[in-house]
Amino acid sequence: MRTSRGARAGQYAALLAYLVFLAFPFVWLVSTAFKPARELGSLHPTWLPRNPTLDNFRQAFGEQPLFEAAANSLVAALGAAVVAVLVATPMAYVMARHRTRLAKAATGWVVVSQAFPFVLVIIPLFLVLKNLRLIDSVPGLVMVYVVWALPFALWMLVGYVRAVPAELEEAAAVDGAGRLRTLVSVTAPLLAPGIVATALFAFISAWNEFFFALVLLKTPEKQTLPVVLTHFLGAEGVADLGPLAAAAFLATLPSLVVFAIVQRRITGGMLAGAVKS
Amino acid sequence: MTGATAGKRSAKPAPGAGRPDSAVDHGAWFLVLPALVPILLLSVGPLLYGIALAFTDAQSGRTEPTQWIGTLNFQDLLHDTLFWDSFRIGLLWAVGVTVPQFLLALGLALLLDQELRLRWLARALAIVPWAMPEVVVGIMWRLVYNPDAGILNETVRDLGLGDGRDWLSGLATALPAVIVVGVWAGMPQTTVVLLAGLQNTPRELHEAAAMDGAGAWRRFRTVTWPALKPVALAVTALNLIWNFNSFALVYVLTSGGPGGRTRLPMLFAYEEAFRYGQFGYAAAMGCVMVAVISVLLALHLVGRLRGGEDA
Repeated sequence: MRTSRGARAGQYAALLAYLVFLAFPFVWLVSTAFKPARELGSLHPTWLPRNPTLDNFRQAFGEQPLFEAAANSLVAALGAAVVAVLVATPMAYVMARHRTRLAKAATGWVVVSQAFPFVLVIIPLFLVLKNLRLIDSVPGLVMVYVVWALPFALWMLVGYVRAVPAELEEAAAVDGAGRLRTLVSVTAPLLAPGIVATALFAFISAWNEFFFALVLLKTPEKQTLPVVLTHFLGAEGVADLGPLAAAAFLATLPSLVVFAIVQRRITGGMLAGAVKS
Repeated sequence: MTGATAGKRSAKPAPGAGRPDSAVDHGAWFLVLPALVPILLLSVGPLLYGIALAFTDAQSGRTEPTQWIGTLNFQDLLHDTLFWDSFRIGLLWAVGVTVPQFLLALGLALLLDQELRLRWLARALAIVPWAMPEVVVGIMWRLVYNPDAGILNETVRDLGLGDGRDWLSGLATALPAVIVVGVWAGMPQTTVVLLAGLQNTPRELHEAAAMDGAGAWRRFRTVTWPALKPVALAVTALNLIWNFNSFALVYVLTSGGPGGRTRLPMLFAYEEAFRYGQFGYAAAMGCVMVAVISVLLALHLVGRLRGGEDA
């Protein structure tokens, strides 16, 4: 399309402004993570570390149980992702293929569940899990994460199921394959990429989640990374900037990597779920 | 994803209701059950339990049995000025984040829809805030806002605009400062959704309008916006809800301080429940929050839909 030179220049200027706004906090975080203590104490901080060091990372691991926290986060996130996809896929299939009251009610729940303030759900959950002795335990947290990931998982998976032509299944049925057989050998392989994308998204959500973990996990050895990260923050102000930045940077890496892999699929899935057939 | 779906959701699904098209045989029930049980036990159940708790004097660590106290919690809430202050802040925050978030995201989406160089970089960068744990976003911006070692004050000093300030502890600056973080954190997701919406708008219409000599603004108003509006409506509605219910960002940035200036309703309810153990009272706050969100959302949707008819 024809765009005048002035307009083009304006567009580039705007894009540049966006780039700076989006990037600078992250640049600052990474830069802080690699700065030696002397530079962090300087009254005139520089954008980039002059003498980059790994001291902050070493110190961060010494101050807080980051390995244990990462392991807890990993278990919680993997558990949530696998279970969420396992229970959501069959349900999404029914929601996509059958226009029943149940499917409608489920869609309604997906939408309405977005509006609950978590505080209304967390108090009863806290009481219930406490009675089941699942409080302060990673399995208890996984259960909560599964249900918490379900609306989005269902939303995406319904879109993916709709993208699989029903004729294929009918053909299999004509050939005498039973329902479960059809599902496992015809539909599932075609859904696989969508299922993986959904699982990865559930993984990131659980890896990043803070509120439920804060309420449900009290013992320091059982806490997940986001909760442990807040221990670096003193009661008043920040105690130690370097290790804080280093730990925060490390905690972000898994989400960033996973997210980079699935980002396109998630966008596609969100819109696919929105298309009503 | 429309609000109508939510409104129409009927009562209980009747198993085996007679119509042939709902002939969801036992196989279908078998498929639904694994998800349905956790949903009922850990989402619908707790929600109803939570609403019930709002009418009790439930407290943590109490030995005597919990009692029904009717609407006493709500009457107390009515006179709880701290809660209403927090509520006002919550609304300011939700609107203050959602509106700039949407406008900035729309601008970026329109730019990314053009054939510009560096587009890939912007797309890659837009992922970062979306993928980050909220706690890390909060920590990161605390480093930016840090009065001594933060880059913001250093920039202010370099530009000769004074000595800078303690952004997150200043009574006047704390709320605007956290709002900026909220906008930053939520903008990419909105951008991606809007961009996908833009790419679904018909190119030919755009070109035809350009041929007819319509300027950029007219093309946007007559071609782009009508096509984008449903997406925009849905995304702002969701953002409004999410922002009103947000917790982690502000918890990490200010913990609600200074002097409660950034104490969002969620933080307030969290403290009430898990610091002071007032479960019943906190549940009542949750109920009020749901009610207000529903009203806000209805206003938003009705207002936008009506505004759309004459466009």
